[in-house]
Parts: sequence; C-alpha cells; structure tokens
Amino acid sequence: MIEYLQILGQEVYKIIFLLIPILVSVAMIVWLDRRVWGLVQKRRGPNVVGPFGLFQTLADALKYIFKEIIIPASANKVVFILAPIVTMTLALVAWAVIPMSENLVLSDINVGILYLFAVSSLGVYGIIMGGWASNSKYPFLGAIRSAAQMVSYEVSIGIIIINVLLCVGSLNLNDIVIAQKEMWYVIPLFPMFVIFFISALAETNRPPFDLPEAEAELVAGYQTEYSGMMYAMFWLGEYANILLMCAMGSILFLGGWLPIMDIFPLNLIPAPVWMISKILFLFLLFALIKAIVPRYRYDQLMRLGWKVFLPFSLLYLILTSSFLFYFDKLPKVDF
Amino acid sequence: MIVHTIFFYFFSVIAIFSSLMVITSRSTINSVFFLILDFISVGCLFIMVGAEFLGMILLIVYVGAVAVLFLFVVMMLNVAEQKQSWFIGRKSTHIPTGLIVSVLILLELLVVVGGWKYKQDLMSSSTLVMSNISNTHQLGLVMYTDYILYFQLAGVVLLLAMIGAILLTFRERVGVKKQSYLNQISRNPANAVELKEVESFKGVKIDD
Repeated sequence: MIEYLQILGQEVYKIIFLLIPILVSVAMIVWLDRRVWGLVQKRRGPNVVGPFGLFQTLADALKYIFKEIIIPASANKVVFILAPIVTMTLALVAWAVIPMSENLVLSDINVGILYLFAVSSLGVYGIIMGGWASNSKYPFLGAIRSAAQMVSYEVSIGIIIINVLLCVGSLNLNDIVIAQKEMWYVIPLFPMFVIFFISALAETNRPPFDLPEAEAELVAGYQTEYSGMMYAMFWLGEYANILLMCAMGSILFLGGWLPIMDIFPLNLIPAPVWMISKILFLFLLFALIKAIVPRYRYDQLMRLGWKVFLPFSLLYLILTSSFLFYFDKLPKVDF
Repeated sequence: MIVHTIFFYFFSVIAIFSSLMVITSRSTINSVFFLILDFISVGCLFIMVGAEFLGMILLIVYVGAVAVLFLFVVMMLNVAEQKQSWFIGRKSTHIPTGLIVSVLILLELLVVVGGWKYKQDLMSSSTLVMSNISNTHQLGLVMYTDYILYFQLAGVVLLLAMIGAILLTFRERVGVKKQSYLNQISRNPANAVELKEVESFKGVKIDD
C-alpha cells in the first residue's frame, strides 16, 4: 500500500508538470491565434498587455475569474455546471499519451491512438450537456448542430487513422512515430492528411465549420448562457482540443518528434522541440484558415462529411491496403 | 494486487449502481447519463482484465456514438419525467416482456459462466491467450482469418438494420426545390443575366 502511495505521488508530480505547460501553452496559443487573425485582417491584434501583448490571455483569464457566474433559473444546475468541467477535463486528459520524445510520455499505452480517438469522441458531451442544460433555444440548437457535426466527422477521422495504422501495424503512438523514420506519412498519404486537417477543423468547431457557435444566427451557440469562469473553461477546453488535434496530426502524418532528416545539424535539436514546432506549424494553419475562409452552410457541411470525405477516405483505404498487400509491404509483427 | 482489487470493486460498484439508476431514475436524461457512466466503468473493467482493445472500442462506439444518439433522441423528444414509479401503474404492462428478456439473458449468462469452466475444450484459440502478444494483435490475427465469416455476417446484419431503419422512415417529398451544386458552380454571367428591353407603360413578364 505504501509503495502504491509512493507511485501515486510520483505520478501526480508528473501529471502536474504535464498540465502546467499545456495550460500555459493554451494561453499563449490563444494570443497567437488572435494575433495571426489580426495581422491577416490588417489589424494589430492584442498588443497592449505585456511585451507584444503576450499577457493578454492572462489578463482575460483574470477578468473571467472575477466575474460572477450566473446560472439561469430554468437551467438543470448539475448538468449545467458539469458541462464545462467535462469539456476541460477531456481536453486535458488526452495529453497523457502524447509522446514528446521516445521516453518523454506520461503513459506509453498499447492502444494510444484508440485512446486519443475515444477521448476526442467524448468531447461532444460537454457541448451537448451545456446546450441542453441551459434550457434555452439558441444553446440547444447549437448543441444539436455540434453533436451531428462531430459524430459525422469522427467517422472520416477514424478511417484516416485506419489508413495510417495499416502502414504502421501498431496502435502505439511511439511506434507510429518510429515507423515514419524512412518517410513521413504526409508524402504517401497526402490526400488523407488534407482530409484529416479539414475534419480536425470540423471536429474542434473551428471556422469555417463553427456552425455550433455561429454568432450571426445563434448568438454564441451552446455557450450563450455561460459566464465568468465557466465560459473560460469551455474556451480553454476548446483550445486544448485544437492543440490536441494538431498533436495528433503531427504524430500521424508529420513524424511526431522525428527531425525532418536524420542528418548532422538537424538531429542535434532535441525531439520535444521538433514535436512542438510541428504542433505550432499545424496551429498556424488553423489560425490562418480561421482568418481567410468564410463559414460553411450547414447542409454543405454535412454533404462534405458524408458524401465527399467518407467515400474518398474509404477508397483511399482500399488503395492503401491493396498497395501494401500487392507489394508485400504490410508491417510484419514479430512474436 | 490489493490495489488491483480495490480498483476492480471501485469500477464494478459504479457499474452496478449506475445500471440500477438507469432503470430507476425518473428523468430520462438522467437515465442516459447513468447509462454513459455504466459504459465507461465497464470499459475500465475491460481494460483492467487486459482487454484494452475491447475497452477502447466500447468507449468509442457506445459512449462516443450510440449514447450521443440516445441523448440526442431523448433531448429532441422532450420526454417528460415519469410521474408514477416504474413498477406500478400503467407501466406494469412492460413487466411480462421485460421478464422474458431478462430470463433469456440470465440463461445466456449461466451458459457463459458454466462454459468458462470448460473453456480449454471450448475455445480452440485459447492457446493465443497465453502468449505474450498484445490483445489487439491477438484479435487481429483471428478476426479476419478464422472468424471472417462471422465478422462479415455481423456486418451484413448491421447493414440490414440500417437499410431497414432508412426504409421505415423514408418518405419522398414532392415539390421540394433541391439545390444542385454543379448548376450553382457552373452559373456564369452569360446564362444568368438577361437584358430585356422594357416598353414603357407595358412592363415585362419575368417567370421564375
């Protein structure tokens, strides 16, 4: 029992040192997002608080903490309070399996990619719960839109993951990264990378697929009734999810913590730096797309998910597996 | 090992408690939430016995997709809270059906639990369980080779259910204007705009 408590203590220590960098980087990434958005639109973006406005998010967070939390009288209180907690927790819990280098990972489980997929598919609960518990029209409409959207795009993300797994032969995230030593999967599976990226935009409710919180029609969607810290938790969870999707994209397609090429000056740079720079690169694309693409109509969104992405990724799955089978390149498992 | 036992009882108590709450709670929404909790704790139990693939698939399929649809339907239908208790009143008409189903499930459970004792004879692939390859690999090795027929059969059954559901709810609506993306994209000023000479005091008729 004592031994167990010791192990628990060590794990809690590790978890805290995983969570703090993630929360700080979420704050920084919000700043980056707003900054890129501003620059594309020829504005300055947040530039007042701290150097280059870096502390803007901290100032915002302080403001949210000191605001009053208002719970609508007609709301289902338990579910209403639970919703932002669920969103935030699920967004942070997934980081447990993301490998920053070969050894720098909290838990190197066998079914890492399934775990990531499961946690990201649970993310819809926070939104549905928030939308329903508010007991108000706009949040409910936003929640319904979001549930349908997330379930639809998960299907194509699942098939894209199968594509990658066929080439790797393992569900372990470190194995997926190591299998890309010869060639990053972004090259042979480039169409899948593009579809993964677009599905990730839809999965995290980012523009051009931000229908659940379309401000012109739904005020703020499922977040309408939330205020103060509870709103901030939704917001942090959303950005942590976006970072998670970027991390997933870089592990599946951009070689995770591997350097671009295994040659002298490049392989001196430590692995976590490569991983972080790949996540940042993908996030920059997310931010640019938010700035330059207009919002989709809802029926177009559904059509894109079910009638374009799903058949295409299935077709590519057949192509990949046939290629691997015909040229005898299927991954060998040694027992 | 004692920690393992503690965790086992933790998850199984939650599973049993939440499955009782599913059938006894008055509000339908709470039932669905307890069902989700039940799925999650059963998934954890699966992971604890080393069936990590099954546990994760349970989370993805049941919690991530099926329960979302349940929640969706319950929220959309706006089912009111049940006034009377579940075992008296009008609802008692469900009891005979429920009894038949539960007796069948009990029998099946007895068969499974009894069969577990003789699993060395029953399961031809039980040698695989002993080796040190991971659960996912074991499943992958037998799923598409030894059990391909059953696997495909299950898929066909699911497909039939899906087609049946679509067929039952499908109705062809007439007089609905449908958008054709091809037509929308291939519009150009030449065929979209028409210039008309309008005579004064006569107007022009534009049909839409």
